[in-house]
Amino acid sequence: MGNIFLLTLCMGAATYLPRFLPLFFFSRKQLPPWLTTWLDFIPVAILSSLILPALVTGGSPRHLDIVTPELAAAVPTLVFALKTRSLGGTVVAGMGIYWLVQRIFS
Amino acid sequence: MQAGSVEKWNWAVIREGAAAAWPICLGYLPIGLAFGVVAQKAGLGLVEIGLMSLVVFAGSSQFIAVSMLGAGAGFLPIVITTFTVNLRHLLMSSALAVHLRSAGKGWIALFGYGVTDESFAFNMSLFRQGNWGWRHALVVNHVSNFAWFASSIIGGLGGSLIPPGSFGIDYALPAMLICLLVFQLRGPVYVIVALVSGIAAVLVSLILPGNAYVIIASVAAATTGLFLSKKTGTEKRET
Repeated sequence: MGNIFLLTLCMGAATYLPRFLPLFFFSRKQLPPWLTTWLDFIPVAILSSLILPALVTGGSPRHLDIVTPELAAAVPTLVFALKTRSLGGTVVAGMGIYWLVQRIFS
Repeated sequence: MQAGSVEKWNWAVIREGAAAAWPICLGYLPIGLAFGVVAQKAGLGLVEIGLMSLVVFAGSSQFIAVSMLGAGAGFLPIVITTFTVNLRHLLMSSALAVHLRSAGKGWIALFGYGVTDESFAFNMSLFRQGNWGWRHALVVNHVSNFAWFASSIIGGLGGSLIPPGSFGIDYALPAMLICLLVFQLRGPVYVIVALVSGIAAVLVSLILPGNAYVIIASVAAATTGLFLSKKTGTEKRET
């Protein structure tokens, strides 16, 4: 199993470099305003691109699947987040909503 | 509001960072448990499971690596897959960098180790709210890493005894991401960028295998946002 240790270290390097290099270079440079504006849109873009496919696609190969408890629970969770703006509250409420929705789906 | 100084290390910073991190930890718990169970079934020992969670700290890559190992894949394909799956962090670290101007090189090296989808989105929201320095963010990163490490060890020990889906805990992470998305909707342009990114991601994900859709959709949507803000003259400067 010595192989696994070596593999883990190489995987560690492969995950570390994309995390570290931009931090290192961009934290020391004055960025042009357009790039700052562009980067300002990255959080919202990344979050949306992570969330939506996970809610409306499934299977392998991936296909559209919009009748899922995940999507059904997302709507009230989104409303709760918009109303309360509470991260912890939304996490707990989302869990409860998902638990209920799963009961309905099954 | 907060006692911990943004300017220097003190106990209050560590306390506040650790206390704020609980939604991320709760979200990691079911996934870490599941990883421990899967890895243990694939023949990894507890030390190997723990080490992988500590060193790699990337959920999807670890699941993929373990399943590739189980399928007898070679060393290089696993490392290359890990690298491509995590390329999206290039974008996240680029956006985080503005907030680490005052951090020394060593701290930046340590910070990079803990950048995940969740800690990135979480810290970006809190940086914007103010009273949140890179030290707070660093504590959040490492507390989350510990939660990931600990839950994967517990999963490796006996996670199969815990019924999957208890208390709807599988939804902790999606719910957190939804709320963090809400925090980022700071005006009409951001809503448009979110819609463009989400729809593009779904379309690309149906065409391309893997998770390249995150990068492709995010770059396209952020560029759309840049042009929209130029046109409407609502370009906002950071810091």
